[in-house]
Amino acid sequence: MSESTVLNDAAKVKMTARDVKVFYGTNQAIHGIDMDIMENEVIAFIGPSGCGKSTFLRCLNRMNDTIDICRVTGQIALDGQDIYHPSLDVVQLRAQVGMVFQKPNPFPKSIYDNIAYGPKLHGLASKKSDLDDVVESSLRRAGLWEEVKDRLNQPGTGLSGGQQQRLCIARTIAVSPEVILMDEPCSALDPIATSIIEELIAELKQNFTIVIVTHNMQQAARVSDRTAFFHLGNLIELGVTNDVFTNPTQKRTEDYITGRYG
Amino acid sequence: MTTEVKNLKGNAATRSKVQQQVVNSLQKRHRQEKLFRGAGVAAVSISILLVVLLFVNIFSKGLPAFWQHAIKLDIYFDPAVVKIAEKPVQQAGESDNEFRQRDLEWRSAVGMINFNRLIVDGLQKVIPDANEHRRDLQRIVTSGERFAIRDLVIKDPSIIGSTQSLFLLTDANIDVWLKGNIDRSLGDAQQQLSPKVREWVESLKAQGVIQNRFSFALFMNPDSRSSLASAGLAGAFMGSLYMMLVVIVLAIPMGVAAAIYLEEFAPKNKLTDLVEVNINNLAAVPSIVFGLLGASIFIGWFNLPMSAPVVGGLVLTLMTLPTVIIATRSTLKAIPPSIRQAALGLGASKSQAVFHHVLPLAIPGILTGSIIGVAQALGESAPLLLIGMKSFVASIPSSAMEQSTALPVQIYLWQGNELRNFFEARTSAAIIVLLALMLSLNSLAIWLRKRYEVRW
Ligand SMILES: Nc1ncnc2c1ncn2[C@@H]1O[C@H](COP(=O)(O)OP(=O)(O)OP(=O)(O)O)[C@@H](O)[C@H]1O
Ligand SMILES: [Mg+2]
Repeated sequence: MSESTVLNDAAKVKMTARDVKVFYGTNQAIHGIDMDIMENEVIAFIGPSGCGKSTFLRCLNRMNDTIDICRVTGQIALDGQDIYHPSLDVVQLRAQVGMVFQKPNPFPKSIYDNIAYGPKLHGLASKKSDLDDVVESSLRRAGLWEEVKDRLNQPGTGLSGGQQQRLCIARTIAVSPEVILMDEPCSALDPIATSIIEELIAELKQNFTIVIVTHNMQQAARVSDRTAFFHLGNLIELGVTNDVFTNPTQKRTEDYITGRYG
Repeated sequence: MTTEVKNLKGNAATRSKVQQQVVNSLQKRHRQEKLFRGAGVAAVSISILLVVLLFVNIFSKGLPAFWQHAIKLDIYFDPAVVKIAEKPVQQAGESDNEFRQRDLEWRSAVGMINFNRLIVDGLQKVIPDANEHRRDLQRIVTSGERFAIRDLVIKDPSIIGSTQSLFLLTDANIDVWLKGNIDRSLGDAQQQLSPKVREWVESLKAQGVIQNRFSFALFMNPDSRSSLASAGLAGAFMGSLYMMLVVIVLAIPMGVAAAIYLEEFAPKNKLTDLVEVNINNLAAVPSIVFGLLGASIFIGWFNLPMSAPVVGGLVLTLMTLPTVIIATRSTLKAIPPSIRQAALGLGASKSQAVFHHVLPLAIPGILTGSIIGVAQALGESAPLLLIGMKSFVASIPSSAMEQSTALPVQIYLWQGNELRNFFEARTSAAIIVLLALMLSLNSLAIWLRKRYEVRW
């Protein structure tokens, strides 16, 4: 299809999902989803509230494991490796597939410690100077360095909402993940903070694969290469963002985009 | 046009009607609010009043007991009376056991000496007509003081032959008389003190030989029944202290660990639900039941000694455990889940998320809950009655396995003493000591909370 117009044919598949079903107790939230996520693309998940976007997103780094009643079936692979395989260490997976949450959630520690925690945890920096470098480069890449370089020892919780969210992004990229999952990262932010983060996403794309859930259609259109439309636990449509928004193949997608529901 | 104007007018009319209704309901609401506020202020005032009354009552009764009448006597350690061998020292080649045996023999020999003779001799120097009233003379210094003099000799035999100026506690009845805690108009038959003794102590007090001095006995001595004036809190205090140690060492780590496990790690299933319900029930069990449990388990099965602080501590641990667990769990529940997710999302394991992020945030709450639990245990008496800690113990326990009582139980025991006039004040003094301990524990809790909370 017209996907090749945006994604060159050589694009490598980063993650694959095959027949993924998710149950919360007896209640099925995801009804068999197949999806390929390409390397270095930004893919947006859209859809009405409760359609399973967050649920599916959480499957990609097994954050669903922390929900007792949640059960996942089917296959999800990262670089061809099954991430639900018993031999796979979930800690390693989460270092490879990082996550940024809807509400900024910095640790109630200093800005420095917020960034340094991940690298320390995974033994990525042994010396203090290495750690300093990681902290600085992560903050730079998150576009926060200039604002906080003089107050690294102050609490991360003392920053503004937008700064906190960028701190969380910096914290995530400090462990050098390959994929970053973002669940409505801008929903708690004002338009200016939002646009800063959108620019950031465009930049991060060069180094990371980004999966972003958003309720903001314009945002999906602005930042993503491809867009996936979810409805009632099903993947209805997945295509190049421009196509999905201008020329949806499915009636339900069209209804949603034109604001007939959701 | 005209219809529109009419409509507007109509709207205005209905609007003002609505406004009127709102105003009416507003008055009612204000009235209710005032009523509620009044009730609240009244409730708070009444409770403050009650607390103030309680404190005024306890302090006015108890404070005088911190001072006690003592008589200043020149005690001549007459070598003719205090006839003892040299204090034994450990010889080369003598085993510890042999030496201890000799030392014990020497001590009991010292104990046989009639130290009362020294006191009577001392009294004769300050009371001119002492010899005509030998019986009355025996009533002045409380009997426990002869042991205090004995201990002076044991500590330093070189004082034999010298004269020491000592303050000796007077009999409890003299203290009562001089403090005016007894009706002086009562006839001789109803008075505990003979007319002669009353005459003596009045004049000795006037001369400054008998003085009302700060009573170290209250803090340094164990309880006493033969010498009421020397009855002190030291035994009960040490008993309580040992129990607190047991509670702190057992209940806090166990409770916190259990709470962390249940809250953060345990799967949510029927079994853990059952455990949760039972912990909550345990917290509501009357404390005396824990006493029964302790008596049958720790004393009956494990054969731990009766009346020992270690058993008391174990019983109080059982009682405190649910408090600590519940307090810790609610603290952990209050930590936002986003912190756990943030840590997990970065690749921390579950226990790393808990120990690196959740627990540090929970520490102030855990400490507060634990200290309040310990303070509760400190004030508990009912379960201790059932494991024999209400028996009279005339020594200060030197380990948690020795017989002792506890501060709240001591209060109960003193409250029941027949010499009401003397022990009413002493009971209140003991309450003040207990309250002071409680208050310092609670202030510690507040201080710790503040201290750790400033770390944002
Ligand atoms: N922790 C949970 N326990 C039980 N059911 C859940 C849980 N989380 C989500 N669900 C259910 O799964 C379905 C999908 O929820 P999900 O949060 O994935 O939707 P969403 O698309 O992210 O919605 P929104 O846009 O509002 O965030 C919903 O029906 C929801 O009720
Ligand atoms: Mg969601």
